[in-house]
Amino acid sequence: MSTTDARAARTAAPGREGGTDWLAHAVLLLGTVLFALPLWIVLMGSSHDAATIGRGEVPLLPGPHAAENYAAAWSRGTTGVPVARMLWNSTVMALCVAVGKIAISILSAYAVVFFRFPGRNLVFWSIFITLMLPVEVRIFPTFKVVSDLGLVNTYAGLIVPIIASATATLLFRQFFLTIPDEFVEAAKMDGAGPLRFFRDVVLPLSRTNMAALFVILFVYGWNQYLWPLLVATSEDVETVVIGMVKMIGSESNTDWSLVMTTCVLALLPPVAVVLLMQRWFVKGLTETEK
Amino acid sequence: MATLDLAGIRKSFGPVEVLHGVDLAVRDGEMIVIVGASGCGKSTLLRIVAGLESPSGGRVAIAGRDVTALEPAERDIAMVFQNYALYPHMTVAQNMGYGLKIRGLPRAEIERRVREAAALLGIEALLDRRPRQLSGGQRQRVAMGRAIVREPKLFLFDEPLSNLDAKLRVQMRAEIRRLQKRLGVTSLFVTHDQVEAMTLGDRLVVMHQGHAAQVATPMEVFERPADTYVAGFIGSPAMNFLSGRLAEGGRAVALGAGPLIRFADGPRPGQEGEPVTIGIRPEHVRPDPAGLALAIDLVEPLGSETVVHGRLPGGEALVVKLAGAAPRDGALAVALPPEALHVFRAEDGKRLDP
Repeated sequence: MSTTDARAARTAAPGREGGTDWLAHAVLLLGTVLFALPLWIVLMGSSHDAATIGRGEVPLLPGPHAAENYAAAWSRGTTGVPVARMLWNSTVMALCVAVGKIAISILSAYAVVFFRFPGRNLVFWSIFITLMLPVEVRIFPTFKVVSDLGLVNTYAGLIVPIIASATATLLFRQFFLTIPDEFVEAAKMDGAGPLRFFRDVVLPLSRTNMAALFVILFVYGWNQYLWPLLVATSEDVETVVIGMVKMIGSESNTDWSLVMTTCVLALLPPVAVVLLMQRWFVKGLTETEK
Repeated sequence: MATLDLAGIRKSFGPVEVLHGVDLAVRDGEMIVIVGASGCGKSTLLRIVAGLESPSGGRVAIAGRDVTALEPAERDIAMVFQNYALYPHMTVAQNMGYGLKIRGLPRAEIERRVREAAALLGIEALLDRRPRQLSGGQRQRVAMGRAIVREPKLFLFDEPLSNLDAKLRVQMRAEIRRLQKRLGVTSLFVTHDQVEAMTLGDRLVVMHQGHAAQVATPMEVFERPADTYVAGFIGSPAMNFLSGRLAEGGRAVALGAGPLIRFADGPRPGQEGEPVTIGIRPEHVRPDPAGLALAIDLVEPLGSETVVHGRLPGGEALVVKLAGAAPRDGALAVALPPEALHVFRAEDGKRLDP
């Protein structure tokens, strides 16, 4: 259904009297508050000193210590690892995971959809079945392999084990199946080989899908917790999510204002990615360029 | 420009054979229309010529060169697809020039050829647009342009007009014909539409169940159909078929409906009493007060003419096309002029000539 159809259906729906309007708004308002309040508390908390929060107060208004908190967190953190370093590590990891996942899955989907080779279905189904195996299930063998390869506490160790994506492969496969056979045939008549067809036709057509996936996968990589906790024990590769967990450490001597500051800093890159890619993201999820 | 020769083309998909050995010799610059109902193998035949399918047997030669084992791009051909297959992310000019770009032609040469083809088709103003900004007819032209810029030996058309509305189809049909004549490129055109086939082709190949039932000029196919399938397929409304038996030593037919009709053009081979099928086109049936009584069950007035569906005394259906308005009463008497009869052997439907 096109958007105009949906809009027409909505305006035609009954029950648009003023009486129900405030109820709808109240529900929306409540939802907004529920989502926004924790963020607001963190944002405000990051502008107070440690003592205020240590006393158990939950400040809802900005305090005077924002600048010094951010400077302190950025350059030294609370555990001796500067948050700047953690953010860099997280960025490297999230970018490599997102780009790597897209590159690998688009190529494997291309192979599965456009080439006939023996065991094609077997390959597809084995990719598909790994969907059902989350990292947690295979975490010990994976750790063993990574550690035997000497990749503990390296970016490679952090990134490679989670770089294949069955979900993304499946998504690209479904998209490729909608590309008409005639395109492939027209390309054959034009004399375009498989790589040329991939570069000149499939990649440009997949742009919006890639953008949407990039947003999802960047956030996925950024939020990784269990695997980095296991494999990134050195501060050189510590991600911001792990850093925060370490900061909280024991309840008694946690510098909560700096934790909240770090929290705000950790939020910014994913938010930036979502905002920057928003247009493409929505396009990728809702329309196909055909 | 080139000839095309098909020799004994067969194609099986698994255990199912869809082409049972098709032979065809296309002359230089000729426009051949392959026509048939869906599932007759016409598209498969075209795809084999294009190289998109490989034949299970037989040989394809373009300009005398055996291309059976070559890739589509090496055959020096161009194809216009049913849904045009224009790349949505490229402009019209990029779409048209893509094949040339891959061949490594210099940019100036590509641009020149694209401009020439665009001028020929009247689409110069569209060169910077994307396919989705074009109407169906414009896309059709771009698809043609993409074929033309390659200056191929052979044009292949895979039902290119079936996505257009009726009016545009008639217009594009004439345009394709004019263009093909002007460029003089040997062409194969696949369609299921008999009007397209009749108007476009220098010769037709009427396909039926994986065989070429008849290869002839449109008028010959119409006037002397090779079998009952071709006879029923070409012409609208379709030819009437009546059963009968040879009589008077092959000089006449005794119709199941009653009368004995003497052939106008001489005796048919065959034994006395051999079952035959008599074909007569609706427009050749004449109203004749002294003729057979036709019980009318449907009258379709088309303005300039009227199509009457009815039944003969024996119960056989007969369609009559009359010039002018409809007969008013419920019955009509008709005569079957001997010179308009087509005689087919009942056993295999093949045409019987004197």
